[in-house]
Amino acid sequence: MRFVTVSGPPSSGKTAVILKTLEHLQKAGQKVGVVKFDCLFTDDDELYRKNGIAVRKGLAGALCPDHYFVSNVEECVQWGLQEGLDVLVSESAGLCNRCSPHIREVLAICVIDNLSGTGTPKKIGPMLKAADVVVITKGDIVSQAEREVFASRVHMVNTKARILHVNGITGQGSFELSTLWTGAEETATVEGKKLRFSMPAALCSYCLGETRIGSDYQMGNVRKMDLDLPTGFKTDGGPQELGPMDTGGES
Amino acid sequence: MSRQLETLTVEAVFARWPFVQQQLADNGLGEIADRPGARLAEFLDTDQLDDLDGFIDVMEDFLGANEEKVSEVTITGGRAKDGSPEPVAELTVKVGEVICIVGPTGSGKSRLLADIEWVARGDTPTGRHVTINGQVPDDKWRFSAEYKLVAQLSQNMNFVMDLSVEEFLNLHAESRLATDPEQKIQRIWNWANELAGEPFALDTPVTSLSGGQSRALMIADTAVLSSSPVVLIDEIENAGIDRQQALDILIREEKIVLMATHDPILALMGDRRVIINNGAMQKVIEPSEKEKANLIELRALDEKLMGLRHRLRMGERLDEI
Ligand SMILES: Nc1nc2c(ncn2[C@@H]2O[C@H](COP(=O)(O)OP(=O)(O)OP(=O)(O)O)[C@@H](O)[C@H]2O)c(=O)[nH]1
Ligand SMILES: Nc1ncnc2c1ncn2[C@@H]1O[C@H](COP(=O)(O)OP(=O)(O)O)[C@@H](O)[C@H]1O
Ligand SMILES: [Mg+2]
Ligand SMILES: [Mg+2]
Ligand SMILES: [Zn+2]
Ligand SMILES: [Zn+2]
Repeated sequence: MRFVTVSGPPSSGKTAVILKTLEHLQKAGQKVGVVKFDCLFTDDDELYRKNGIAVRKGLAGALCPDHYFVSNVEECVQWGLQEGLDVLVSESAGLCNRCSPHIREVLAICVIDNLSGTGTPKKIGPMLKAADVVVITKGDIVSQAEREVFASRVHMVNTKARILHVNGITGQGSFELSTLWTGAEETATVEGKKLRFSMPAALCSYCLGETRIGSDYQMGNVRKMDLDLPTGFKTDGGPQELGPMDTGGES
Repeated sequence: MSRQLETLTVEAVFARWPFVQQQLADNGLGEIADRPGARLAEFLDTDQLDDLDGFIDVMEDFLGANEEKVSEVTITGGRAKDGSPEPVAELTVKVGEVICIVGPTGSGKSRLLADIEWVARGDTPTGRHVTINGQVPDDKWRFSAEYKLVAQLSQNMNFVMDLSVEEFLNLHAESRLATDPEQKIQRIWNWANELAGEPFALDTPVTSLSGGQSRALMIADTAVLSSSPVVLIDEIENAGIDRQQALDILIREEKIVLMATHDPILALMGDRRVIINNGAMQKVIEPSEKEKANLIELRALDEKLMGLRHRLRMGERLDEI
């Protein structure tokens, strides 16, 4: 089975691109499936199902969606094998700019759109930087100049990636993308494989459920901005020692 | 790492690749320049060196880009939708030519243009092959940011950046590492004003240009600053610009122009017309003498319509036409 991880900011066109690309593989008689990851809600699974694609979804709830992804990815691969898929695609939520779902030796795609602004390639970090293929969407509604500027910004962040323009609505460019998917390596398991980019640990008290604001409630990996405030405010940064978890009540 | 940057001194790297200094400064590493004798590896870790190596690849590609000019693109016929051989076995289009592509919906016009864009090697549904300057082209035409064979212009495109015309053109020129940007920006602006008929200033925000002005600026900008040798024009029938002049500008800037259109004036302006049906190029024809004569009449009709539009805009009645 070929396994492809697709990442990208919200609404960048991941689902549109996956649907158009898989259509070519379906026409060629391949069995295809998608696992969609998101935080609280998605109806992408309905879209996939309607298009004859085997689908599973995972909602991360309070966890970082990419942490949730990596905790479940081997099971997803096993599900894909059990379904007899030729190609399995994971679509991530793309909400955490610090994390990236890409795995070594597994084809990594990042979908990013021309409307997101020229600063976005720099902002979204690992999911773009660690991708093998960057798909740029929504080129149909911006000028040629903006497409060129945007592509060059993408290239500056990830100098090694192949860059493809795909229109998620008409499917222009999706056939070309599909040839890269069918050319991907076979994956029988991701057990023991490594993430391309380590994910930061959820280590501050807010990660652990704290809701109150103020230094007294901040423990663990906390960093302060340098705002030149008068003494009396704690402004020095740096990780502090991880204190005991507050399990409710006054401390 | 191909260049072994880790073994080189700062000075040596700057001498060989002068643009590295700016790149380091842009990444907040400007102070490296203060110690020319030190080895680069003292400041950068392996990942950063690797990134820099990639950056130099990009820049060398860029700077070399002007050396090999695309002068012609050849499409070798494949098969029609029913599997029969494509009637037009070979089509070569040269710089400065305007080619129109006509055919009913679903006939394969978009696929032909996509085959060119993807530089097909018998690996698309049509089995066509595309060569550049008579040679099987490099992979870079498929996957790199700065080598795109085809630039596109269409009616649906808008400017989305919040910049003035001048800032916008500067940004584009910068991303293309254009030589002599001021002169190029002036040229684009002059042409765009001629094309649009309604002048705009360099400090106008691009998002507040009229439809005609936007289209004019996009065409002039693509002609002068786009890296792509082929320009694909899709639906600019009612763009409110001087279309003949638009084509002239693209030709003068040595573009190959492909137009998918059913507008009779545009279709007759082309040097040749490719007729598509059943997924294949059926015929390539040149405008006949009669067609050329008709073009004059069609232009007169078109001007008349434009005049009527103008009068409507001015609040006039159209009792007399
Ligand atoms: N004009 C245009 N619209 C596009 C293109 N690609 C996607 N869209 C539209 O953009 C919207 C978002 O696309 P999706 O495919 O749902 O995006 P997504 O990345 O899967 O979104 P999430 O899964 O919610 O993060 C939809 O309305 C698409 O129709 C494109 O190339 N051009
Ligand atoms: N020679 C061909 N063999 C197989 N399929 C083809 C061929 N030419 C075109 N097609 C397919 O036919 C469909 C319609 O073609 P398209 O290029 O979109 O038509 P148009 O742009 O003229 O409306 C597309 O799915 C395209 O991939
Ligand atoms: Mg989606
Ligand atoms: Mg079409
Ligand atoms: Zn995260
Ligand atoms: Zn936290």
